[in-house]
Amino acid sequence: MADTIIFQSKPAREAPIKTEGLVPWVKTNLFANWQSTVTTLVVGALLLYYVPQFINWAILTATTTTNADACRADGVGACWGVVKEKYRLIIFGRYPFEEQWRPLVATLLMVGLLVASCTRYFWSKWLIIGWVVVLSAFFILMYGSLFGYFDVFGLTKVTTDRWGGLPLTIMLATLSIVLCFPVAICVALGRRSNLPAIRTFCTIYVELIRGVPLISVLFMASFMFPLFMPQGVTVDVLIRVVVGVTLFAAAYMAEVIRGGLQAMPKGQTEAAASLGLSYWQTQFKIILPQALAMVVPGIMNNFIGLFKDTSLVYIVSLYELTGSLGLALNSDADWRPYKLEGYLFIVSIYFVFCFAMSRYSLWIEKQLNKSKLR
Amino acid sequence: MFKSGTKIVLGTLVAAGALASIPAHAGKTVDAIKARGQVVCGVNTGLAGFSQADSAGAWSGLDVDICKAIAAATLGDANKVKWVPLNAQQRFAALQSGEVDILSRNTTFSLTRDASLGLHVTGVTYYDGQGFMVTTKSKIKDAKQLKGQTVCVQSGTTTEKNLTDFSKANNLNIKPVVFEKVEAATGAYFSGRCVAYTTDASGLASVRNKEAKNPDEHVILPQLISKEPLGPMVRRGDDEWLAITKWVIHGLLEAEEYGVTQANVDQMKSSTDPVVQRLLGTTEDTGKLLGLDKEWMARAIKAVGNYGEIFEKNVGPKSALKLPRGANNLWNKGGLMYAYPIR
Repeated sequence: MADTIIFQSKPAREAPIKTEGLVPWVKTNLFANWQSTVTTLVVGALLLYYVPQFINWAILTATTTTNADACRADGVGACWGVVKEKYRLIIFGRYPFEEQWRPLVATLLMVGLLVASCTRYFWSKWLIIGWVVVLSAFFILMYGSLFGYFDVFGLTKVTTDRWGGLPLTIMLATLSIVLCFPVAICVALGRRSNLPAIRTFCTIYVELIRGVPLISVLFMASFMFPLFMPQGVTVDVLIRVVVGVTLFAAAYMAEVIRGGLQAMPKGQTEAAASLGLSYWQTQFKIILPQALAMVVPGIMNNFIGLFKDTSLVYIVSLYELTGSLGLALNSDADWRPYKLEGYLFIVSIYFVFCFAMSRYSLWIEKQLNKSKLR
Repeated sequence: MFKSGTKIVLGTLVAAGALASIPAHAGKTVDAIKARGQVVCGVNTGLAGFSQADSAGAWSGLDVDICKAIAAATLGDANKVKWVPLNAQQRFAALQSGEVDILSRNTTFSLTRDASLGLHVTGVTYYDGQGFMVTTKSKIKDAKQLKGQTVCVQSGTTTEKNLTDFSKANNLNIKPVVFEKVEAATGAYFSGRCVAYTTDASGLASVRNKEAKNPDEHVILPQLISKEPLGPMVRRGDDEWLAITKWVIHGLLEAEEYGVTQANVDQMKSSTDPVVQRLLGTTEDTGKLLGLDKEWMARAIKAVGNYGEIFEKNVGPKSALKLPRGANNLWNKGGLMYAYPIR
């Protein structure tokens, strides 16, 4: 019985390193090794140097007076009075001053619609009706009538070249996002088609649009297009711009969606075919739902880019948020030196929208990935 | 199978086309303006004293007033103007394509622009020229003293070329410090990066008065190194419209020369001076030859005042720019402004 195994307890293991709480977090994230220690110290020093200066400028020594001469006094930091003085011109652009309640209501309606469209509770047939109603209301409020109809509210006409600021930014972004999506899906499917004519057409479209900057597309739409039109026929500049931006965005979006389509295993299509599904049934019921779910980050990336790209329409004399800031400040000798404050103001507006979009995209991804979590 | 796919694409395009609105140019500019009831005027997106939008979005400035005067003469109402703010790159394309009827946007007249763009220069409304601003500390009194010095300048403008020309012609070996944006160039000058800052004299004045911490520490040198005659441009191929534009400008100058002002234009109608009588249309119908009625100039003056008043209000002593009349004074007061006779 010499081989009898006698139980001997091992010495207790050391307690695991504490991973929760402030001190361990700092240790693992900021001072894990010498490289990260150096980085932390350098970045920390820079922050310590600049953040107090910024706070001093932006808050402590700042003034909110609307008297430009008071801003010029020594020791005065940020001059937020410029926003107070010019906010209506910045937010509503060249829209007639007395009528600016109209774009305000229109914008609130539009933002409300967008928020509702993003909420699961509202996902029903009624949402489509909501879109039709709100979009009509938006144009009636902004223009005074809807393509000449519904001219019953007694609102004065405001031509589209006077639209500006935030309402224009939101409208351009919304319309082009909504319109470019179906076009992009068609083009993405078209590029993978077996029919050479359609495939070539879609490829040429994508390559042509991607080969030129958005500015030149807008310039063509605004200044070259009228030269090709017969005498007496004009298309409203806003429509030309929306079509231009939509065609541009659709080309990029099509490639993102095609990326998702490429990633789908062939077995999916074959399985669908063996069940007797037609091409469109296969695409809409099997392929696209999976492919689109995969490329949500890419799609949202494009949407956010598109939202900010709308600032380029200043090239065709439409003054959305960025353009109307320039309009408000460039010419005013008193306030021109305080452009930085003005820019910080619109930066915060852009940030709210873009941050909301990116958070929403994360939420969507989580919803779509639920099926994959076991 | 793909048919319905293409249908969707086509449908989108057709829908976009259907939204097209129809009326616009009826051929001649003047007819189109009268039919539309509005002059479409291209102005600067923002240049203090020349075209600026106030906090309520209303336009004012010297270039703006010229368009108002033309609208008052043509349509009888100075407010019947649609303003299209244009940047330097868009301005000529906008006029050529008919997006605007007149380009009143501090545009320099030059041979190339007149001859190659399919546009006509009309009349000069402001004689500008490129100048220098230096600090009083530098003790520079003359542009020739800038030998070997650094000068801040905006890139891609005629300003930059003029500076190089001036430096070469006078053998000064000036070192240009080039910036893409105006704000960057002025900022660099004020922080001491350059000895001098150069741009058009009218621009220098506003920079000195408004952006300098202490305007007295900076001085604008008296001599100008380039000629910048600024004024409105119109499209070629429409002589009636060109004539109206040109003669409204001359009319505003004539009004100043003969003492017709915004305030006294109604009394002046009973003046016995034959020049004033012709200008205000009390004896001869001068407007008929231009396709207008005889009150054309009286309305324009009533709307914006004579040239001198326009100058004073927007860029002169009563404005933030406080520019001296200089070359923009009347010919009989030592300036270059000379109205052709209205008869």
